[in-house]
Amino acid sequence: MNNIIQFENVSKSFGDLKVLNKLNLEVKDGEKLALIGPSGSGKTTILRILMTLETIDDGFVSVNGEYLWHEKNNGKIIPASENHLHKMRNHIGMVFQQFNLFPHLTAIENVEQPQILIKKRTKPEAKEKAEELFNLVGLNDKKDHYPHELSGGQQQRVAIARALAMEPKIMLFDEVTSALDPELVDEVLTVLRKLASDTDTTMLTVTHEMNFAREFADRVLFFDGGQIVESGKPENIFSNPAEKRTKEFLKKFINNVN
Amino acid sequence: MNEVLAFYPMLIDGTIVTIQLTVLGAIVALVISFIVGLSRISPYKSIRVAAIIYLEFFRGSSALVQMFFIYFVLPMWGIYFDAITAGVIACGCNVGAYGSEAVRGAVLAVDKDQHEASKALNYSNYEKYRYVIIPQAIPIMIPTFGNLLIELMKLTAVCSLITITDLTFVAQIIRVQTALTLEPFLVILVVYFIIASVLVKIVDLIAKKFSKGRNVMTAGDK
Repeated sequence: MNNIIQFENVSKSFGDLKVLNKLNLEVKDGEKLALIGPSGSGKTTILRILMTLETIDDGFVSVNGEYLWHEKNNGKIIPASENHLHKMRNHIGMVFQQFNLFPHLTAIENVEQPQILIKKRTKPEAKEKAEELFNLVGLNDKKDHYPHELSGGQQQRVAIARALAMEPKIMLFDEVTSALDPELVDEVLTVLRKLASDTDTTMLTVTHEMNFAREFADRVLFFDGGQIVESGKPENIFSNPAEKRTKEFLKKFINNVN
Repeated sequence: MNEVLAFYPMLIDGTIVTIQLTVLGAIVALVISFIVGLSRISPYKSIRVAAIIYLEFFRGSSALVQMFFIYFVLPMWGIYFDAITAGVIACGCNVGAYGSEAVRGAVLAVDKDQHEASKALNYSNYEKYRYVIIPQAIPIMIPTFGNLLIELMKLTAVCSLITITDLTFVAQIIRVQTALTLEPFLVILVVYFIIASVLVKIVDLIAKKFSKGRNVMTAGDK
């Protein structure tokens, strides 16, 4: 399988704070990846760079065999134009911690509108797709509600449906359960588990739910200080971490791990 | 007082003219509010600067003088407007300057998350503003627009000074013809107040319509 995502020596700073330090990362097509690590370790920044919400300071990011933040112009490599970024964003979808639904549209309109505008689907096509996805996320009875009439867990499931409707090759999940009340976490994770097992979409998820990471991921990356400290199969990382920093981090989650 | 009320056909005509000036002025003001307000957040510096110059010019000089300029000075350069057009342009451009601040403020008040969500769905800049940001900004700007509409309606009284027979002009006529001073002005004061009250009601209805089923300010929070 080919690498659908590749980071080569990518660095990123916010002011004096170096969030990513010459990061190298390869993700295979269809791989389910869980990114874990302490806050501020750069996990979310990786997703935001892929979604083109943050630029990079140095290095190269490739998506689907093409540079994301650069493009070739007469053999020279130049910073990506908005046109290039627009084209590349078609490969990628993202679900946010705070859901970020459009509050002025109903749940189903949230899922239909981007399909009509970006995918150039007709209204009936978009509706059909949206209904299929509401079935998948178990929200058929809520589709005509406005976001503020839905619980956090329901809003997040709408957000997942909205991202899926665009049929991206890569889905990014940025701490999608962190803003939820504990009793609502499971309904969202259930949807993600189903997606992970049913689709061959590449998925990157930043999470603090260690149990979920273990079930969901083909590979777990432990981040600290803008670097990948350790990477491997979930059973190895969680049961038998090699690095001291990984052990210390996981100790804090010990109740979740066992 | 009966003497004044005997002029009711004229008073009604004056009221209609005032309403006409208000409605036409509001249309001009609304269009200008959006053009100038959105220009303020344009990625192009030249457009932003042009918008600021417009804003400062109309905010920083008298509406009455601007209207005299349009009606009396421009003809000297071969640009003619009839009185109604001159009045509507002056009032609309003036209130539009203030309205542009309401548009800009409301657009900037929409959460950053909404911009990111639009980008993640690959909306172009135009699509983002057209379908996501502005629809959420409109309910935020409506209360300010309501206040400006009342301001505009009251401002139209200056049009009486360029021969437009609005309410204020009619009051002057009645005053001259009856030699009464208190009564005609008292009557139009009440009429202005009634028009303003109706406008407030209309704006409330519009605000309700735009906020139906939505909770724009708090949505996105948990």
